[in-house]
Amino acid sequence: MAAIHHEATPPGKRWSLGHTLTIIVLIIAMIFYLTPVFVMVNNGLKDAQNVSLSTMWNLPENFSGGGFVEAWNRLRSNMGNSLQMVIPATVLSALIGAVNGYVLSKFKFRGSDLLFTLMLFGFFIPYQAILLPMVQFLQTINRVTGIQFYGTLLGLVLVHVVYGIPITTLIFRNFYANIPTELLEAARVDGANMWTIFTRIMLPLSIPAFVVVGIFQFTNIWNDFIFGVTIVQNPDAQPVTIALNNLSGSFSVDWNVVMAGAVVAALPTALIYIFLSRYFIRGLLAGSVKG
Amino acid sequence: MSQSTLAGAAAGTTFGSSTRRQRWEGWPSFLVLLPSLIVTAIFVYGFIAVTFWISLSNWRTLKPDISIREPFGQTYLDLFAQPRFQADLRNTLIFTVLFIGISVLVGLGLAILIDYNRKMFAIPFFRNVYLFPYALSFVVTGVAWRWIFNPETGVNLFFDIFGINQLLASLGQAPLKPGWTTDPTVAFSINGILEQFIPGAENLRIQFGLPVALIPVAIAAMWQLSGFVMAMYLGGMTTVSDEIREAARIDGATEWQVYRRVIIPLLKPVTISVIIILLHVSLKIFDLVITMSGVGPGFATDMPAIFVFETTFKATRYNLGMAAAIVMLLLAASVIVPYLASSLRKSEE
Repeated sequence: MAAIHHEATPPGKRWSLGHTLTIIVLIIAMIFYLTPVFVMVNNGLKDAQNVSLSTMWNLPENFSGGGFVEAWNRLRSNMGNSLQMVIPATVLSALIGAVNGYVLSKFKFRGSDLLFTLMLFGFFIPYQAILLPMVQFLQTINRVTGIQFYGTLLGLVLVHVVYGIPITTLIFRNFYANIPTELLEAARVDGANMWTIFTRIMLPLSIPAFVVVGIFQFTNIWNDFIFGVTIVQNPDAQPVTIALNNLSGSFSVDWNVVMAGAVVAALPTALIYIFLSRYFIRGLLAGSVKG
Repeated sequence: MSQSTLAGAAAGTTFGSSTRRQRWEGWPSFLVLLPSLIVTAIFVYGFIAVTFWISLSNWRTLKPDISIREPFGQTYLDLFAQPRFQADLRNTLIFTVLFIGISVLVGLGLAILIDYNRKMFAIPFFRNVYLFPYALSFVVTGVAWRWIFNPETGVNLFFDIFGINQLLASLGQAPLKPGWTTDPTVAFSINGILEQFIPGAENLRIQFGLPVALIPVAIAAMWQLSGFVMAMYLGGMTTVSDEIREAARIDGATEWQVYRRVIIPLLKPVTISVIIILLHVSLKIFDLVITMSGVGPGFATDMPAIFVFETTFKATRYNLGMAAAIVMLLLAASVIVPYLASSLRKSEE
């Protein structure tokens, strides 16, 4: 930051010492941000004989797939669990958020802003404050209905949908607020009701919002740890973040496998980020809070 | 979109006018919202009420007992008397200051450097690299940084690679080998000062200072979230028009002064949103610490979130765990409620 100090860019002049120095700082920062990625990939690629603490920064001597084969074998079923949890939870919470956001932006009523704020509070609470009653609630459902919510991905889907509603509602509400009300008025004159306006006019216009919300929810739910670790005890049924944490704490695995496992577990959200970063950034600006 | 940070977002006003017609249309909209409202009432407010009740109850074994414990609120007194929970509160405070401080500095710094060079072709690439960690899970971050700050490897190898340890050896000094997250040191302990000025501080059963083991954890958290801070600032900077910048330059401001005197003050709402969001992250921090360092030596990196989790689900001391959960909730609410209330006021105007 100090580098830009005295650098006024004279109009017309495109390049200067200031630019050169600041680009150098940006490159150093890039090295910092890429270091953990390098550590994970580099050591994940080493095989069990060649991975050693004293040579963390050395490149692998031979490319044999290293820890990735074992990491994939250990995490494969958990990756599947995560997908089975994330996809329905993302779709459901996005649909509910769309309907809520539509009503809260275009059919406001007295007190609707207050109700929305009360809903939004649910997004900000530390989940520790609801964890025990939630577990008891799910266990009660198991007992009463016989449908297994506690201990299963079904329970995780339910919980992620419920606690996802505030943020999906928020993003859709703001998206719909920017759609001119005249459009709705015109449709209403033509005899369309609230529901047909939604399905015929608003939904087709909301594809970008669905992409943003979809990415946001997919990332958040994939990266969740606390719900997975409290609701599902059986290691075979756990999402991949919990499996990765178990792998990392296990003394029976070499750390090249742990590093490779971290890459595997990070891959879906990383790929989404790399290919859809524009929508990703929109989503986080629209209202994003980690974890 | 740029200004629709959470603050802008929650405050977003709509085109809907408050005409008479909307009054009778209120009912169908309310009915559409009703399922979500009921679910929120149960899963948020109902569960919080249950948590609060359990925190006041006698339930401290596997056998449920929800009778109210006498004397009233004793569990909270037990909680605050515990050295571990005292350490947790200290750690939350110190971690929050460290993490938010470096995240905002780095994030704002990167945003300024990127904005300054915004005509350069590679800039979108830089920006995407800085934001990349935000897409990852805290568990992945914790696993990677745990090895980078492992005393036997990672950054400590640099002291050999760059010859610092050889230099120290030639001077007859011991090699540099920080313990990072395994270091139990609490630096700058101020118990003596606290005891002079704060009544009751003599009841502190911990050293109040900077647990050095928290520094690597704050660096890892900064790695993950500073890109987000940068993105928020960059979003705000696009709203500062070229005319404003040009006007400042004509008045003789240097590039640095344009940022310091004009742009950063204009971005104050962004700074407020950023700090609130980061506060909310740091008060809840859980998975990163669990995977990176655990509770640490002498609870040097323990956090209230871990305390609640272990006390409740491992030690089955339900009332104590829930009391700590309520303390966490109150800490978070003290940040979030004013924020939501001001958003609500703005949207009703």
